[in-house]
Amino acid sequence: MYPTPPDSVTLTAAPAPVPNTKQSNHSGHAVTTESLRVQHILIGIVLLFITLVLLLPLVSIFVQAFKRGADVFVAALTDPDAWSAIRLTLLTALVVVPLNALFGVAAAWCITKFTFRGKQLLISLIDVPFSVSPVIAGFVFVLLFGAHGWFGTWLSEQGISIIFSWPGIILGTLFVTFPFVARELIPLMQSQGIQEEEAAITLGANGWKLFWRVALPNMKWGLLYGIVICNARAMGEFGAVSVVSGHIRGETNTMPLHIEILYNEYQFSAAFAVATLLVLVACATLILQHWFDLLRQRQQQDAR
Amino acid sequence: MKPAPDKPRVRPFRVLPGFRLTLGFTLIYLSLLVLIPLSTVVLQSMNMSWDTFWGLVLDKRVMAAYRVSFLTSLLAALVNVVFGFLTAWVLVRYSFPGKRLINGIIDLPFALPTAVAGISLTAIYAENGWMGQWLYALGIPSAYSVLGITIALIFIGLPFVVRTVQPVLEHWDVDVEEAAAILGARRFQTFRRVVLPQLLPAIMTGFTLAFARGIGEYGSVIFISGNMPYKTEIAPLLMMTKLEQFDYAGATAIALMMLIIAFILLVIMNAIQWRYTRRFGSL
Repeated sequence: MYPTPPDSVTLTAAPAPVPNTKQSNHSGHAVTTESLRVQHILIGIVLLFITLVLLLPLVSIFVQAFKRGADVFVAALTDPDAWSAIRLTLLTALVVVPLNALFGVAAAWCITKFTFRGKQLLISLIDVPFSVSPVIAGFVFVLLFGAHGWFGTWLSEQGISIIFSWPGIILGTLFVTFPFVARELIPLMQSQGIQEEEAAITLGANGWKLFWRVALPNMKWGLLYGIVICNARAMGEFGAVSVVSGHIRGETNTMPLHIEILYNEYQFSAAFAVATLLVLVACATLILQHWFDLLRQRQQQDAR
Repeated sequence: MKPAPDKPRVRPFRVLPGFRLTLGFTLIYLSLLVLIPLSTVVLQSMNMSWDTFWGLVLDKRVMAAYRVSFLTSLLAALVNVVFGFLTAWVLVRYSFPGKRLINGIIDLPFALPTAVAGISLTAIYAENGWMGQWLYALGIPSAYSVLGITIALIFIGLPFVVRTVQPVLEHWDVDVEEAAAILGARRFQTFRRVVLPQLLPAIMTGFTLAFARGIGEYGSVIFISGNMPYKTEIAPLLMMTKLEQFDYAGATAIALMMLIIAFILLVIMNAIQWRYTRRFGSL
């Protein structure tokens, strides 16, 4: 999820990112760059800052996880409660990611291929979950489906539980990860225009053929990029899930909630051990994102 | 500057299929999942009388929580503007060993679960932690304090600033800087008078995003904050506390205020983007 640069909301075709073609010039033109000494100082500051803010927390998780030896690490991961947390987390991601991906494709299609009134408003509304606190995201579903909520009595008469159960966890996660795929696809598909799709229709393709043969291949790298970040956020969501789950051990605990419980019970090494799994997911996400981004750029260059 | 390319024309009839299907699905999904659930907060607060509502909103502990959330988010966003801008600048303009790794890791706070970030930062900045032991020796309590909350929010907000400024710098035309230099501007003058004003909208967007995220942030903060009422209790946590006590009215009041703040920030951001796209068109 990149915060979109301010120019991407315009309908004009954005220039394809051709990164750093000008870079080689910088070193040659002394007037448009800083002296080497200033450069070195600035690079040093950034390296120090990034190390302190990003690298240190990352390394610390692994160090803490193995602090009490490999036995504790293995024991924490083979614990039945840990396993049920892992299962629930995977189930949540399995439901949430396809739904939000489907929404992302639909939203990006109607926003980028057609003109209609209120489009700008729609784009802003899709972004709303980004600026809503995850705690509020959970709270609204408690207001709707909780025991004292609007549909609470009706649901309990039917014997359906949403809050303090897995449907609530899925709803909260759906809300929080809602914009990720759409936010990746909209700028990409805006820059691609509609000529290819129009050509396909003119040549007699029907809707499905158009989607599978033209639209999907064009959007695939952006779609995959959005899917991996949506997945990472779905597996790691904490605030929203924390409100709706009820923290029932072995039943409604996702991995982040399990980590919290272990941590609050002073089982620090176990908490960090479970955390390493999520760190691996995060690292895989970053690597895949980088790779999909390269493929997307290559595809855009080939299209020219 | 080249004239902006023609915008796609409004078409009287639509050639491509799927408009009604996709728009319909988008609107239904958006309404069911986001708009209707969010409207419950507003409707729920209408059940309260005016006096009760203001009593809950202006409660001392609630006000203290807003203050903590607001100040720490502001401070963290300011730090991120300075260092995030510098990071974007260095990544686009200079080359150095490890640059690709740094560029790749910037997104870590997006991908790493907030709770994991929270416990990791707490371990580092607690009294016996890697950074904490030095800071505590200097008499600076880095964990369970306002400083700790700010540290967590700096972690969370950094990519917002870097990733908004970076693309603008990448598409930047160096010619204007050359022109400034030829006209006799010193490098710093060029930076301050030519580069910075053009980047200001992107910087402000990044700032607003980081600030908005900071106000709502929960997972990374609660472990390092210590959660002392009136001192290090943030607004989302106080909401959670009220929920656990089944004080739905109190939670609703806080939620509504936070939604209003988020809405105002969203409007500000859209205003910045609108002015930006008007001024610079297809930059």
